Amino acid sequence: MSLMLNDFLPAAPEIFLLSMACLILIVDVYVPERYRLVTYQLSQATLVVTAILVMFLYPTESVLTFSDSFVLDRMGSVLKVFVLLMTYFAFFYSKEYLRARNLFKGEFYLLGLFAVLGMMVLISGHSLLTLYLGLELLSLALYALVALHRDSTAATEAAMKYFILAALASGILLYGISLLYGATATLDISELHSAIGSEGEGRNIVLMLGLVFVVVGIAFKLGAVPFHMWVPDLYQGAPTPVTLFIGTAPKLAGFAMLMRFLVDGMGGLRGDWGDMLVLLAILSLAVGNVVAIAQTNLKRMLGYSTIAHMGYMFLGLIAGTAAGYAASMFYIIVYALMAMGSFGMIILLSRAGFESDRLDDFRGLNERSPWYAFLMLILMLSMAGLPPFLGFWAKWSVLRELVAVDMVWLAVVSVVFSLIGLFYYIRIVRLMYFEKPTDHSAVAAPGDMRVMISTNALAILALGLYPGALMAVCISAFAI
Amino acid sequence: MIALSDFLILGAIMFCLGVAGIYINRKNLIILMMSLELMLLAVNINFVAFSHYLGDVAGQIFVFFILTVAAAEAAIGLAILVVLFRNRQTINVGELDSLKG
Amino acid sequence: MAQNSQTMYLAIVLAPLFGALLAGFGGKLIGRIGAHMVTIIGVAIAFGLSALTFKGIVFDGAPIYDATVYTWGVIEGVHLEVGFRIDELSSLMMTVVTFISLMVHIYTIGYMHDDPGYQRFFSYISLFTFAMLTLVMSNNFLQLFFGWEAVGVMSYLLIGFWYQRESAIYANLKAFLVNRVGDFGFLLGIAAVLMYFGSLHYATVFETAPLLRDLTIQVFPGVNWSLMSVICILLFIGAMGKSAQMPLHVWLPDSMEGPTPISALIHAATMVTAGIFMVARMSPLFELSETALSVVMVIGAITALAMGLVGIVQNDIKRVIAYSTLSQLGYMTVALGASAYAGAIFHLATHAFFKALLFLGAGSVIIAMHHDQDIRNMGGLRKYMPITWLTALIGSIALIGFPGFSGFFSKDLIIEAVHHSGLPGSGFAYFSVLAGVFITALYSFRMYFLVFHGKERMSASVRSSLRETRAVVTAPLIMLAIPSVIIGWLGIESVLTGELFGPSIAVLPGHDVLGAIAADFHGAGSFVLHGITGAPFVLAMAGVAVAWYLYLARPELPERIKQSFGLLYNVLDQKYGFDRFNGFFFAGGARGIGTVLWRGGDAAVIDGLLVNGSARTVAWLASVVRHLQSGFLFHYALAMILGLLLMITWFVTL
Repeated sequence: MSLMLNDFLPAAPEIFLLSMACLILIVDVYVPERYRLVTYQLSQATLVVTAILVMFLYPTESVLTFSDSFVLDRMGSVLKVFVLLMTYFAFFYSKEYLRARNLFKGEFYLLGLFAVLGMMVLISGHSLLTLYLGLELLSLALYALVALHRDSTAATEAAMKYFILAALASGILLYGISLLYGATATLDISELHSAIGSEGEGRNIVLMLGLVFVVVGIAFKLGAVPFHMWVPDLYQGAPTPVTLFIGTAPKLAGFAMLMRFLVDGMGGLRGDWGDMLVLLAILSLAVGNVVAIAQTNLKRMLGYSTIAHMGYMFLGLIAGTAAGYAASMFYIIVYALMAMGSFGMIILLSRAGFESDRLDDFRGLNERSPWYAFLMLILMLSMAGLPPFLGFWAKWSVLRELVAVDMVWLAVVSVVFSLIGLFYYIRIVRLMYFEKPTDHSAVAAPGDMRVMISTNALAILALGLYPGALMAVCISAFAI
Repeated sequence: MIALSDFLILGAIMFCLGVAGIYINRKNLIILMMSLELMLLAVNINFVAFSHYLGDVAGQIFVFFILTVAAAEAAIGLAILVVLFRNRQTINVGELDSLKG
Repeated sequence: MAQNSQTMYLAIVLAPLFGALLAGFGGKLIGRIGAHMVTIIGVAIAFGLSALTFKGIVFDGAPIYDATVYTWGVIEGVHLEVGFRIDELSSLMMTVVTFISLMVHIYTIGYMHDDPGYQRFFSYISLFTFAMLTLVMSNNFLQLFFGWEAVGVMSYLLIGFWYQRESAIYANLKAFLVNRVGDFGFLLGIAAVLMYFGSLHYATVFETAPLLRDLTIQVFPGVNWSLMSVICILLFIGAMGKSAQMPLHVWLPDSMEGPTPISALIHAATMVTAGIFMVARMSPLFELSETALSVVMVIGAITALAMGLVGIVQNDIKRVIAYSTLSQLGYMTVALGASAYAGAIFHLATHAFFKALLFLGAGSVIIAMHHDQDIRNMGGLRKYMPITWLTALIGSIALIGFPGFSGFFSKDLIIEAVHHSGLPGSGFAYFSVLAGVFITALYSFRMYFLVFHGKERMSASVRSSLRETRAVVTAPLIMLAIPSVIIGWLGIESVLTGELFGPSIAVLPGHDVLGAIAADFHGAGSFVLHGITGAPFVLAMAGVAVAWYLYLARPELPERIKQSFGLLYNVLDQKYGFDRFNGFFFAGGARGIGTVLWRGGDAAVIDGLLVNGSARTVAWLASVVRHLQSGFLFHYALAMILGLLLMITWFVTL
């Protein structure tokens, strides 16, 4: 077996990204401090070119390469494009924030690029080994990113907690992988699928144990209850740009991981992992929505809201149809867009020495700046799932798929929790519109940042009015 | 001849020791990292044992990757630990609770 | 022609929206005067065009308009659209809504004169008008739901307009959750419609409905329920939330915390009628389920009777009117249950006028009294405020149904309709609405006598500054007083004969109670004469007489009655304990969970919760769960390990 040039082609975006990351690493060493912007610009350019490469390689059918350990398919390509897009926005939003706090170093962007590489490998993994390596590359970069602000007690504490718990989760996941390997004698996703059989004939206790361990590992990465404890602490403790990054792109990779492991690999055990996801989804919806009500820190509240959103995302997978997977993918992309805007808003309103991450900091925002209050209104109502915003369509599509497979009771449960969830989103709206501001300073953000955040929020409104296109992309991703 | 199940039981015991270590130890973060290492080693034993009994070499290759990743993980973990110690002058697990709720 | 009317209907909806946007975002550019000018012009345009539409449809026989304006998306054959259905029912509603809204806009200039949130307020009430119009004019369930939620959100925002909240986080949670219960039922109803009819468009659904009449579904295994009954009852639960029927009524009296114009616009005349309107709109569905109609009638009857009783013991002038609203909404609901949809809408329309009049009159009194709302501190205002006095008297007479005034026609119609109805529960409903007449008269005139007659109980400083309010306040009162008198004469005949609503309301032959009344109808004049000899009139007069005796002739008596009927008085004063129950059950429950899971919660909340006696289980749960969120790594790890073990036992070993 020899590798031909053609075998490298499906992985061209990843290879390009890796080469550029190494190049930027070297450039960054030699660039003097005042030209640090070069690192940033190179990173952004890399992301753009990689995204173009991904789109250029958009496949008509799945292509396997590197001894079948790497797959290029439509779902992966769509997710990668959005990962790159999210990262682009994340880098953009973080620029001023990092500058104002003397954190504008090459490390942030380099670690970010390596994390993106990890995500892309994870998304394209077609062997338990590549999936594991992608996941670890992502996680290692994130540990370091969280601790980026070296002098912040909260950030280092969050990093330590995240590190220990994520390593524990990795251990659990690995243990599960070892059991799967023992039960099926293969690491390849397709072979795993055929070894288990379409109806799970090869089901035995080792396999089931492996499945449980793997589900727990994935649930941790996505922050599903009861494996969610790291989420609020990390969201609150990490510097806001890092929270923004962790809260968006890796969620898409987490979704891919779920798809690769459970659907592609263990589709035959759908009944079993479906039940597990039901449990995780209900717990996540309950804890996320209820505990968020009691929060006073916006980042922490959004952390709990993430937990709840992951619960909704599971619903589409529970439905277990191609349309259901498409709905889940739509949900996760929409969620990432909304989280991006919400954290972007926190960054926008913050300045050196003032984080603007408490709910009280949004008090009376309408009087300080009606436009940003309006954008935040869009974001919060969309998160809550009210029409006509994009978030409504996300909830609608997963619920519809759930109803289509006669799981009405679960749909009802999730609607009840989303109604409870409505309360804490609306609370922010009330704070912004009905309270007197405690802080009267004008919003000080550079023009390009203002344009980007407005675009982000208005896109949520516009896509909400014309949801067909994005939905069609998600559905076509599962068409082959 | 040692049976496969013996190796698996050994692996399981080591894994449980590692997990228990994370919960029981409330003093030193470094011991936590040792526990994590122990968990990964348990996984390695599983892989090697399966690999041997299945006559498939892939499991042993996986072990090399795990060892490498574990090394990188330990490096980052210790780096975070150093930063944490510089900020708080302690690596006591029980004092790491400023973020909660 | 079709194009023309579409432009016109769009203008009706969008004019208030533009007004709201200009007033809201215009800021200093347009100023305070600009803000009320643009919104009033916007609403005036909407009213003018609505009146024109009404005239066109009802009198000139213009065709019914039902078309889609904008398609939002098509998903698996289900069209999600914005569209209008303009027929007799919706054009009447549009006219009523925009007229009341216009009056309230004008009145607000005077009432909110010194408020710093002046522009914002105009923006909100215009936006509310927009939302209500979308709801009323809709031709599909989706837009109906959208408008439904939008008016809910607006009301939520407007209640909070003046609300100085100490506990910022939990305020209004009760109102919020109670409304969610209603919305939830409504949403389920719409979902059921979508599931079984495959369409959200009214016309399609109404056409298909008779075919599905005998379909049964199993919500719980082994129990067959009629599909129509399930759908209708779910939809009605939505109506119960919005139109404040027992036991989902608790939010409405609380909403009186908002400024008075809001009370008049939202919580008396328009928003709360959305539920009534919706049921009337869905009459082709409700007609197919006698079970649902019975439920509607009984709930309405309970509300009409019980809420009126509570009204008797209230002392806040706005709360008296609020409970009166609840009771009158009960009347409308009873009419719906008796299949007298036209009667319900007729009462809705007359009620909108005289209730808005009463509220604005109360507002006028409140201005004069320097924002003291306690009727025990009033009295003898007649000579200080002649216009307010006269209009309030007209409003009260209309409310109690004195023959000749608008309330008489609509209320007598409802009572007669219930009398003719043969559904289970109609006997109880008939008793309730008859007894309600006496109670209505009692609480209305209790308030009237306490405020405008008798001893002047206010402090000397207030008395010295008492005078009639400004023309912007009194003009709307007069404008509202006129229809409160005449609208009944004009409407009664066409309502009875079915001319007014034409095909927009469907009634099965067996349920046609209005038709039965129409058979005996010989013109409005004889209807009045007949009314004077009927039981309702006697009861109403008895109510007025009792109020006069108790509160004017022998003012010391009520105190003695209160003492000798302590228990009954307390039950009424506590509003049957609903507030307390709901506060404990809903708000307390959700708050409890939130707090318990949240370790950093301030002790006061937990203490308060425990003092409220919400049981030791909460304390126990708190002690367990707070450790999970402790911030300690090993607890986090423990949670993960337990989760893992749980899943292993559940999915592997079992």
